Amino acid sequence: MAMLEVKNLGISFGGLRAVDGFEVQIEKGQLYGLIGPNGAGKTTIFNLLTGVYKPDEGLIRLDGEEITGKSTIDINKAGIARTFQNIRLFKDQSVLDNVKIGLHNHYKYSTMTGILRLPKYRKMEKEMDERARELLKVFELEEKENYLSSNLPYGEQRKLEIARALATEPKLLLLDEPAAGMNPNETKELMDTIRFVRDKFDMTVLLIEHDMKLVSGICEELTVLNFGQVLAQGETSQVLNNPEVIKAYLGE
Amino acid sequence: MKKLNIKNMKKSTKSNFITYAMVILVFAVVQFMVSGGMMSSLMQGLLVPLCTYSIVAVGLNLCVGYLGELSLGHAGFMCVGAFSSAFFTKYMVPSGMNETLRFLLAIVIGTLVAAAFGYLIGIPVLRLRGDYLAIVTLAFGEIIKNVINVMYVGRDSAGLHLSFKDKASLNLGEDGEMIVDGAKGITGTPHQSTFLIGVIILLISLVVVFHLVNSRSGRAIMAIRDNRIAAESVGINITKYKLMAFSISAAIAGAGGVLYAHNLSTLIALPANFGYNMSIMILVFVVLGGIGSFRGSIIAAVVLTMLPEVLRGLADYRMLIYAIVLIIMMLFNWAPKAIEWRQRFSLKRLFHKNTEEVQ
Repeated sequence: MAMLEVKNLGISFGGLRAVDGFEVQIEKGQLYGLIGPNGAGKTTIFNLLTGVYKPDEGLIRLDGEEITGKSTIDINKAGIARTFQNIRLFKDQSVLDNVKIGLHNHYKYSTMTGILRLPKYRKMEKEMDERARELLKVFELEEKENYLSSNLPYGEQRKLEIARALATEPKLLLLDEPAAGMNPNETKELMDTIRFVRDKFDMTVLLIEHDMKLVSGICEELTVLNFGQVLAQGETSQVLNNPEVIKAYLGE
Repeated sequence: MKKLNIKNMKKSTKSNFITYAMVILVFAVVQFMVSGGMMSSLMQGLLVPLCTYSIVAVGLNLCVGYLGELSLGHAGFMCVGAFSSAFFTKYMVPSGMNETLRFLLAIVIGTLVAAAFGYLIGIPVLRLRGDYLAIVTLAFGEIIKNVINVMYVGRDSAGLHLSFKDKASLNLGEDGEMIVDGAKGITGTPHQSTFLIGVIILLISLVVVFHLVNSRSGRAIMAIRDNRIAAESVGINITKYKLMAFSISAAIAGAGGVLYAHNLSTLIALPANFGYNMSIMILVFVVLGGIGSFRGSIIAAVVLTMLPEVLRGLADYRMLIYAIVLIIMMLFNWAPKAIEWRQRFSLKRLFHKNTEEVQ
């Protein structure tokens, strides 16, 4: 069974058909790319998948469970986590706390337990710290756990966002332009990290990207969007050689 | 590069203990001065209001600094706490209940009723953001005060009577007794607030807020403040945590109200004590003390409440000087030089010579 199955997804904003008849099927453990020119509807699809927008029609199924039209919170609990095109960290909190916030629904204790500092508070906080540090280690951020997240360099902020998303223990990870604003070295490092995450956490990854080197380097399959519609779909090398795709990207 | 100190948890715990110690130290010094006859009765009369304002400022700082929502209605919650607890006390006086127990129950009741109001008002209000939220909380605060001003509650052998019209429509029996008399408020509440109780409530409020902001729920509250969309994307229930923070904030304001009510023999909901003047005054304490700093709120509340009294000798000039002090505090509190100075002379530096460089 596919990890993510999307059928005939569509949404309009007023007279604008932002996404029309979008379909995709992503297998467990796949690294899947979503590309297309600016304004093609890529981020809108992410917002539909994560419940920020409610689709006008269509069906989204995650690991066999239907999640169409559910709230962002329920979709996160069902197993989709994401990062954002413009980084959205909790900027006034430490790197460690950012990840601990991601653990919110997995290490629970009540507010009263927290206020009264019952033994459970200490136990859970300790477990959370350990788990969060483990995740930070994956992204080589463990040395900086006490930095304010807004003081990290750009590339590390991107990594921290991925760490925070992984803390929610998702089945599917959505990355919205993870390499935006990175230099070639950072991009290369990011490619290794994404591959590593997929292997270590047995993760399915769907990513939006403009950097063709990254896309061709790590994505196994691609969907190309143009004006809200699927232009091409299939294996990366084939799709990138498709004349239609070249036309949409480079013009005639 | 700015850096939170190594062992972040420990640092915040240490900072909390400095705050507790500061409050206890001030309490001890004041007690010493009172017993030594070194404090004028005017100043002694200010002690309980000082605690009240500090408590409400701590509550409001939770709302403004950690939830990130500007509330101008906290005087309303204080009012709810004051009247519900005074009502309870007045109602229980004839029953001959143990006074200490009665007062403790009054504190609990005032706090809980204020929390309930915070919750109910929070449901519509927290859908708004920023300026809109501030204005609507202002309106709710005024509504609470005005409703209490037209509320008549009396008691006779048949039980409690309630009216929002006038005293006569209560139809009290001959043995009737007014408890809440509309614009005349509640009279004859016993004086039970003492400086000691005020300091204890203040310390409890501090423990609650410090522990809250360093817990899972506190992190969720701050996550919502920092980035709502990201908080939702990691599965944090926005409504739940906003309401929780707002009601806890209201509850603390209510506890301050209880203290206020039991310090007066006549409790009346006037614009000066429960109107927006009060809300804004508390907000001034919070802003000048530093948004997000509970210790700062207490210091600002104490300094700004004492100042007009200390300057009483200057007669007409005192409000002028008060205003100038406000402006100076506002200008220089967060100036880079002032921050540097505070760090150089901070307690941590004095006690630990070898602490690593901050910043």
